[in-house]
Amino acid sequence: MSAKIWIVLQQRDGKIQKMSWEAVRAGQALAADLGGTAEAVLLGSGMEEAGNEVGQCSLGSVHVADDESLAVYTPGRFARALEAAIATAQPDYVLFPHTYQTVDFLPGLAQSLDAALVPEAVSFETVDGSVVWQRPVLGGKMFASVRAKGPGPVLVSLQSGAFSADELEKGSAPIETLSLDFAAMSADREILRIEEAIAGEVDLSQAPVIVSVGRGVGDAEKIPIMQELADALGGELGASRPVIDSGWLPRDRQIGSSGQTVTPKLYVAAGISGAIQHLVGMKGSQVIVAINKDAGAPIFNVAHYGIVGDLHEVVPAVTAALKEASES
Amino acid sequence: MRIAVCIKQVPDIEARLRVSGDGTWIDEEDLSFVINESDGYALEEALQIAERTSGEVVVFSLGPERVREALRKALALGAARAVHLKDPAFLGGDSLSTGRALAGALAAGDFDLVLTGSQSDDVGFGSTGTVIAGELGWPHAWLVMGVELDEANKKVKVTREMEAGMNEISNLDLPAVLEIQAGLNKPRYASLKGIMQAKKKEISEPGPGDLGLAPESLGETGAKIEVLSVAFPEAGKGAQIIDGDAETAARTLVEKLQKEARIL
Repeated sequence: MSAKIWIVLQQRDGKIQKMSWEAVRAGQALAADLGGTAEAVLLGSGMEEAGNEVGQCSLGSVHVADDESLAVYTPGRFARALEAAIATAQPDYVLFPHTYQTVDFLPGLAQSLDAALVPEAVSFETVDGSVVWQRPVLGGKMFASVRAKGPGPVLVSLQSGAFSADELEKGSAPIETLSLDFAAMSADREILRIEEAIAGEVDLSQAPVIVSVGRGVGDAEKIPIMQELADALGGELGASRPVIDSGWLPRDRQIGSSGQTVTPKLYVAAGISGAIQHLVGMKGSQVIVAINKDAGAPIFNVAHYGIVGDLHEVVPAVTAALKEASES
Repeated sequence: MRIAVCIKQVPDIEARLRVSGDGTWIDEEDLSFVINESDGYALEEALQIAERTSGEVVVFSLGPERVREALRKALALGAARAVHLKDPAFLGGDSLSTGRALAGALAAGDFDLVLTGSQSDDVGFGSTGTVIAGELGWPHAWLVMGVELDEANKKVKVTREMEAGMNEISNLDLPAVLEIQAGLNKPRYASLKGIMQAKKKEISEPGPGDLGLAPESLGETGAKIEVLSVAFPEAGKGAQIIDGDAETAARTLVEKLQKEARIL
């Protein structure tokens, strides 16, 4: 039995979202492992150009659901459209990029299809024709291996960076129209507007050095020691989400999936445990230094250099060592 | 307004973790447990809405005996009563079977709003609230950063976080399920009076039969995925750890950044 694998891409205004290409690559790899075919699915309005772009990948076909009602994402319409399409075509696996949009509708889709749901997979292995997925648990400190049980499709969302879009196999795939009864599907929320959450006053993407502050800093009064290190390195202050939520630094300093994505020459993460939502925003940095008192913190897995210790002692010591080095 | 809040009790992951005997989870002995972070924000939001609307908050949680402590804490913070799904048939599920059980318990409550956190800090499915909404046939929104109630029109305006610093602002019809993102508000601390009052508040413990749910659709049996194992990431892949006291380690780091990484 050959497996049928679907990859549901995400787009906005016809532009394919970056993680979707990684999902396509994952689908190609899974199809190769299982001896099956990978097919893409695209939902939206005015999808001709985007469909053709996806069609330049090595895929069995590209299914396009093109309708005015899908112009703006709503979970009701997207989940119902996919439910109908999946129920008809019966793919064995359906892969999604693990975006905030996907997480918003995917559990409801799994439920209505009585399908298995594997959120946030980072890798897979095929064992005797069955697929075992790895996904982070406990804030990324550990990874769980999970497998679907029982019949029915398996819906999987893939974490950013888990697969490389650079390894995409090119080809030429036929475009097929998904004819669905769009009129029967209704939105379950009324979208009023989509707007920028923050006036982007600080553009961290251009900073050569970023000193990033995490929950481990303890309170706002300790921010100055971080600022002193940033100044000594000629860099900017960044922060992980809990620091922003606590109001210790303004939101335009936030790095991670809901903040900015940065790739500086040097990234110093102090008191940051390294939850995946933070890692996706900074792991492309050239050199990463982690300072954390928990030797098991996942930040040490992506860092190049690590110091296990209390940042309140280590950070001023690094600032002092930098001054010492520049004077000698 | 009648508001339900679903909370989860999770291990404090700052602690040193060990794999359990059967290899499928962590050893929970010696660990301390806390209310999941985003669920704490959901509870606070519910309490604030109840105060503004002369409403009531009922808190729900699924899990073993230890979860009672988390429910007591929620009662101390101001919830009126609690429902604890502790029957073994409820336990060990995925988000689908867990959501089914919680929805079963919520269905009879005549709630206007169900709030929960957006994601648990232990298994992190980020799915249970959406499944609850599906079971109840209600609209939902995940990763909610702002809640504005319009009681007269039975609507709620929500601000939902999207990627890359964008927000979606939308209206949902009530009743609805909102999955709250951490940072929405400032969770309160329990007062001594609250702690004393909590001791007298009711914690009911309905079983599957009381909720009209088939036990085989719940918990581990009703789950569509199984956990085969958990493991720490491979050692040796990560950082070069620099030893020594703070001063020594700092000097070594600066030297390595200059001479090895050549970026200073």
